[in-house]
Amino acid sequence: MRLINREPGAALKAALVALPFVLVFIAYAIGSEIRLAENPQDRLLPAPSTIAATAERLFTEPDRRSDRILLWHDTAASLFRLGLGVAISAALATILGLLIGLLPHVRASLASFVAVVSMIPPLAVLPILFIVFGLGETSKVVLIVVGILPFLVRDLSARVMEIPREMIVKAETLGASSLVIALRVVLPQLLPRLIQAVRLSLGPAWLFLIAAEAIASEQGLGYRIFLVRRFLAMDVILVYVLWITLLAFLMDLALRRLSRRLFPWTETGL
Amino acid sequence: MSFVVARDIFQSYGSRPILERVNVEVAEGEFVSIVGASGCGKSTFLRLLLAQERPTRGEIRVAGAEPATEPGLDRGVVFQKYSVFPHMTCRENIVAGESFRTGFGRFGGVKRRAALERADATLARIGLDHVADQYPATLSGGMQQRLAIGQALAAKPRILLLDEPFGALDPGTRLSMHDFLTELRAETAMTVFMVTHDLEEGFKLGDRVLVFDKPRWDPTDPNAYGATITYDFDARDGGIPYQRLTENAHGLRPA
Ligand SMILES: Nc1ncnc2c1ncn2[C@@H]1O[C@H](COP(=O)(O)OP(=O)(O)OP(=O)(O)O)[C@@H](O)[C@H]1O
Ligand SMILES: [Mg+2]
Repeated sequence: MRLINREPGAALKAALVALPFVLVFIAYAIGSEIRLAENPQDRLLPAPSTIAATAERLFTEPDRRSDRILLWHDTAASLFRLGLGVAISAALATILGLLIGLLPHVRASLASFVAVVSMIPPLAVLPILFIVFGLGETSKVVLIVVGILPFLVRDLSARVMEIPREMIVKAETLGASSLVIALRVVLPQLLPRLIQAVRLSLGPAWLFLIAAEAIASEQGLGYRIFLVRRFLAMDVILVYVLWITLLAFLMDLALRRLSRRLFPWTETGL
Repeated sequence: MSFVVARDIFQSYGSRPILERVNVEVAEGEFVSIVGASGCGKSTFLRLLLAQERPTRGEIRVAGAEPATEPGLDRGVVFQKYSVFPHMTCRENIVAGESFRTGFGRFGGVKRRAALERADATLARIGLDHVADQYPATLSGGMQQRLAIGQALAAKPRILLLDEPFGALDPGTRLSMHDFLTELRAETAMTVFMVTHDLEEGFKLGDRVLVFDKPRWDPTDPNAYGATITYDFDARDGGIPYQRLTENAHGLRPA
């Protein structure tokens, strides 16, 4: 049987899913073991048990100075910025995508503009954002928007134009106005694609968030990582990295579930 | 008086002529089949009738009105694919045939209930009442085309344009679609233009069969000339109108 036609069974599949995770963990554990054997004071690769202990402390024990559990506060602050930035971008991208995809006049004026703007490296304009919007929340949210909006707009306007012309003509023959075509034909078909595009842009969104937090902030996951870097607190950094990874993964999963739940008609494909 | 009049239609894409000197007059209620080689411009002609495109030269008038500039309520269409909305259930697709012309494309309250009732009647009529709440992707090709026709008819167009509507269907399904279409026509008396690759289908359903072909042919440059209507058959009674004359002559029944 050809390799391309061989499917793993259920048990083997589960094992294959777990394999790379287990391998990475083992490699880390061995590396950490070796370094700690040479120098018990080594801080570079803390033992898994140390990381677990640190995680427990970070998640449950309040900070001595502020009497707050910092990790949860950092998480709340970061998720708020991320959520706001992504929500604003998604809303703007939907509107712009519809306009660019449907209206030739808007397309003529905005399509190349968006293509050019999307080439600006967002981190290069970060200093400008700090100067213009100050060091508060606004500049961080704006960085996320600046970072992912051009991609979303390009992707969504392309998706709008992918909708078969026949379908739009059909709506016209049913007497639909441009507004009705946008709201009843194109928008519903765009939403599942919006969720898809947002899933893809979550990675960059986290990148911009952490970059902005690292540079100027008083709380947030990125801020904490870069703060404790000064003390070489690898155990804290690793806990935060794992936590961020888990959050990002859960968001992705939630969006995928949401898409399936909200748009059952995409299931069978057409 | 002729209902649809196409006068001296030329259509080219860039410098390439597709149609040239197309003239045709169609009476209201006629069923016109259009046949011709692949790529000769049948769909292009249909797009012109639909006013999805404007001809390079000439004009098409319906009921003596000014040539239309964009597709509208008076012309319904069923394409080979993509003719129903995938994100709506069958019932919603039929309701859309009536509700899309309103401000926000939706009915509310009493109107909605009445439209849903009419939609259910239409679905029963086209034999899709058992899948009313399913999405089109779960239907077979024939069912999707029936839905598309039902939706187009719900808008009550004066002209129905069909572009190879049964092209992707198996022969059995095709035959039942023919019966379906014949019945519908008996009920609505619409003017129909249908593009098909199946001559038999064209003659069976049509009152007239238009053949598109290139009257001039440049062997060094096959794209030099466009196509036009080269034959215009009377297809009533299976394309044998004189037999009916004879029959009528014999029909001098005793009083
Ligand atoms: N928008 C367009 N721009 C340029 N060329 C086009 C366009 N639409 C159609 N054509 C060309 O016009 C010619 C006629 O196309 P058309 O689709 O009308 O053919 P058809 O008779 O419907 O063929 P088929 O039987 O294969 O559907 C084709 O050669 C096609 O390449
Ligand atoms: Mg065609």
